[in-house]
Amino acid sequence: MTRMALLAFWSHWRRHPVQFFTLIAGLALATALWSAVQAINAEARASYAQAAVQLGVDGTEILTALDGPIAVSQYVALRRAGWQVSPVLDGTLRREGQSFRVLGVDLLSSADLPAFAAPEAAQNFQAADVLTPPGRLFASPETAASLAHLPDLPPIIETANVPPDVVLTDIGIAEQLLNRSGQIDRLRVMPVQSAGIPPLADIAPNLRRSTQTSGETDRLTDSFHLNLTAFGLLAFAVGLFIVHGTVGLSFEQRRAMFRTLRALGLPLRRLTVLAVAELMIFAVIAGLLGLAAGYTIAGALLPDVSTTLRGLYGVPAANTLHLRPEWVASGLGMAILGTGLASVQALWRLWRMPLLAAPGLQSWAAGARRTNRIMAVIGIALFLAGVVAMVLFDGLVAGFALLAGMMLGAALILAPILSLILRLGARTANGPISEWIWADLRAQLPGVSLALMALLLALAANIGVGTMVSSFRLTFTGWLDQRLASELYVTARDDAQGAAIEDWLTPQVDAVLPIRSFEFSHAGTPLFVYGIRDHATYRDNWPLLAYTPDVWDMVASGTGVLINEQLARRSQIWPGDTLTISPKWSLPVAGVYSDYGNPTGQAIVSLDALLSHARDVPNRRFGIRVAPDRVRALSQELQTRFDLPSTALINQAGLKARSMEVFDKTFVVTGALNLLTLGVAGFAILTSLLTLWSLRLPQLAPVWALGMTRSQLARLEVVRSLALAALTALIALPLGLGLAWVLLAVINVEAFGWRLPMYLFPLDWLRLFLLALLAAGLAAVIPARRLYRLPPSDLLKVFADAR
Amino acid sequence: MLCFGIGRQIPRGGQEWQVPVLLDIRNVTKTYDGANARPVLRDVSMTLNRGQTVALTGESGSGKSTLLHLSAGLDAFDGGEITVDGTALSSLDDTGRAALRRDTVAVVFQQFNLIPSLTVAQNLSFHARMAGRLDTAWLQELTGRLGLADLTDRYPEHLSGGQQQRVAIGRALAGRPALLLADEPTGNLDETASGAVLDLMLDLVALSGTALFLVTHSRQIADRLDRHVHLSGGKIA
Ligand SMILES: Nc1ncnc2c1ncn2[C@@H]1O[C@H](COP(=O)(O)OP(=O)(O)O)[C@@H](O)[C@H]1O
Ligand SMILES: [Mg+2]
Repeated sequence: MTRMALLAFWSHWRRHPVQFFTLIAGLALATALWSAVQAINAEARASYAQAAVQLGVDGTEILTALDGPIAVSQYVALRRAGWQVSPVLDGTLRREGQSFRVLGVDLLSSADLPAFAAPEAAQNFQAADVLTPPGRLFASPETAASLAHLPDLPPIIETANVPPDVVLTDIGIAEQLLNRSGQIDRLRVMPVQSAGIPPLADIAPNLRRSTQTSGETDRLTDSFHLNLTAFGLLAFAVGLFIVHGTVGLSFEQRRAMFRTLRALGLPLRRLTVLAVAELMIFAVIAGLLGLAAGYTIAGALLPDVSTTLRGLYGVPAANTLHLRPEWVASGLGMAILGTGLASVQALWRLWRMPLLAAPGLQSWAAGARRTNRIMAVIGIALFLAGVVAMVLFDGLVAGFALLAGMMLGAALILAPILSLILRLGARTANGPISEWIWADLRAQLPGVSLALMALLLALAANIGVGTMVSSFRLTFTGWLDQRLASELYVTARDDAQGAAIEDWLTPQVDAVLPIRSFEFSHAGTPLFVYGIRDHATYRDNWPLLAYTPDVWDMVASGTGVLINEQLARRSQIWPGDTLTISPKWSLPVAGVYSDYGNPTGQAIVSLDALLSHARDVPNRRFGIRVAPDRVRALSQELQTRFDLPSTALINQAGLKARSMEVFDKTFVVTGALNLLTLGVAGFAILTSLLTLWSLRLPQLAPVWALGMTRSQLARLEVVRSLALAALTALIALPLGLGLAWVLLAVINVEAFGWRLPMYLFPLDWLRLFLLALLAAGLAAVIPARRLYRLPPSDLLKVFADAR
Repeated sequence: MLCFGIGRQIPRGGQEWQVPVLLDIRNVTKTYDGANARPVLRDVSMTLNRGQTVALTGESGSGKSTLLHLSAGLDAFDGGEITVDGTALSSLDDTGRAALRRDTVAVVFQQFNLIPSLTVAQNLSFHARMAGRLDTAWLQELTGRLGLADLTDRYPEHLSGGQQQRVAIGRALAGRPALLLADEPTGNLDETASGAVLDLMLDLVALSGTALFLVTHSRQIADRLDRHVHLSGGKIA
């Protein structure tokens, strides 16, 4: 009996290969997108963890000063008192538009770092070379390659034991590179300390002991990964709509077979077990295919993700993917879980299947009306819960709670809203056919509402993320225009050459604007203070978000400071408040400017003020105001006259192009996921229409018999699908804009520390609207063609069959 | 039995000028594609006049439904000719056949006649409105006589089988078509309900002046009609 049942099960798929393909493809697609995101996340997290080990920050205790760098004298005092501590200098080396994190450590007390301790390290270098000038730099092969062409750097030793974009070196060498001799950023407290050392408060009361984590970046990257996960989950959910559709269809089509099997004596329990087993086999097959596809997608997207993570957050991230067993297991688990979820309804129907009559579509619709009301209530409740979460709590989690509430709530309210619209629309009907079309749309709604929910979510995500990205891009472009006001930027080899260049340039250009900065620290994080010369370039262009009326005069006279938005939001200081730059230097905040893509705090004061508070401020970079048509000639002349490498000269246009390129890469990932999700939603509509097919004929046959042609009916099927998609798209628009608002005004502020203005892009909406119509139209064309070609005798069977 | 092919253009009122033959079936053959490609109808001929009622009987599987479907323009035949109200069906394309179903003939099947998403009232007026011949007074009379006055807001699935068939009959007659084709309209009902529905139908057919071609198993019913033809071995006996 079971054998016969198995053969019967199998013969269905032999006769419906396309359905089999759809089921496997839907499930594989869902698994692929989900597991791709998981693979990317796992890889990035592994890079962070590895970097933490390589840099010795994995939970080590450290000492930091509350008010800037630690003096060498304090270090010496601690060592004399018996404290086992190791000094670290941590700074950013900026050369020719690139920046690297330089980590200077004491080689002797940090010999445990992987770069020094790895077995192959001994063959690569001699300790003496590292300690004596010019010293050695340790960097990953990638970083070494981008450092290679920079002048005046010590020899580089390539090692896999340093994270990307980080240069590890002896602290003495780092002092010279960073121009910060005699400074220590933190002291690592060695795990083993001798007994009876005096307490910290006695020797160095201004130092604080804490466990080192990468705190700030943790939060930033967490939000990025949460973002990806949310998208992966969305794609997975949308994929499940397909599985739901095809499983429903296959069960619907096998109804007669199931009945026969049961009539032949197969117990319902065994029938159900067989159906479940069949689904699980499919889940495993599709899960494995999905994992393979997911691995490929992740591999393709990872470089862009790494660029994003490094460029936007300044964290190390690897470019290559590893296959992890736990990833395979969780991917398969999701596939099985998803199949189960998507099949619950079909299995339930099988379990409850009466041996004879099947319920009509209208009673399904009546049931759906009740469900509608319940769904509407739950949907509104979820919506409100999201808002309440936002009001009661703040932070990233509340932001995401609001997002989730909005999206889920809207999905649940969709069917009731559509039903209401259709009921209102029916009042406008003035002929029998239009009356029927409206009524029929409403009857069809329960069957396609899941697919429409998928479409709604995909469209809203598209509009939301699209609006965010485009707003971001527009703001960013405008901001670049303002910030990069100078036509040409030049970097001298050293201060002496800088002075020479300035002297030579001044008489022949509109203005030479020095770009000089010094690294202070504020609330435990680095604060880069720039000194500027008062000039119209700043007064006319600088992107100020908030300011006092005499902002530029305050800055020029040294009685005010401009700070970037990140610092303002993080420290809650705005115009009227005071910024403490160092213990001896505080200034009122005169204005706040936007500074996208920069994870650290930044401030601007007058050049004179900076020079009076900081020693040895390098004077090597200049912005040059000059007529655009002279840029080329001027940069060539500078290059030959001062023997500068071509990388020392950056023209504004090129820099903008490069910045935009990095920026655009940032959103390749979400863009790809977005489009895939929309495609999957279109596929979901198709499968639900195919599922409904057997239920459609009893609706259509009477109308056909009463004097409509099959081609008219087929056309109406497409029109109906388009109408539902169009209505859904119209509802998706406000939802998507709400999503964009949350992303820009809530999530962004929490995650990155800046708020972006929201711009609207109606042309994008139109494009998306047409895309949704295209998807729905394509999805409807296949069943419509089938209807158009259906032999009349098949339609007539509706009136003869005892269904 | 000459056919001039002009009957269709004659206005409904001009009875005296209409060709008396309404349905003319001549040497019609029909074979379904499939495994047993044996002709279902072989050289079938018969006629039905305006206002006339004809019963069609025959064994199960003898091709009664097939003949009815062909006469209604629901399906195409292989050979011969069927003329309805002066129009040769072989000359019609899909659109022409749809127009014939809309304007000239009405069909009542054994079951599932009604449009599930429309109410009883909407179903009742549907066909007449499609044909542009809604006569509200007549529809009201039909509704009352069929005992459907209290059910107009219901959906078909909330009706009993007998009620559903009464709606189907009301809908078919609301536009006063020239020809009503009914395929065992009470085949799914029990005997009492069946008798009542058929009685009603015959009364209303007479009242509306419509011709009736009725497939039935019942000799008793067949005897009440003007004529009786029997289908056997793919031919009219
Ligand atoms: N769509 C079809 N395809 C193939 N054979 C059919 C089809 N419809 C009817 N038949 C066959 O044609 C014959 C006549 O059917 P039908 O006209 O329904 O007979 P009746 O109504 O007298 O019972 C039967 O043998 C039936 O099996
Ligand atoms: Mg029959």
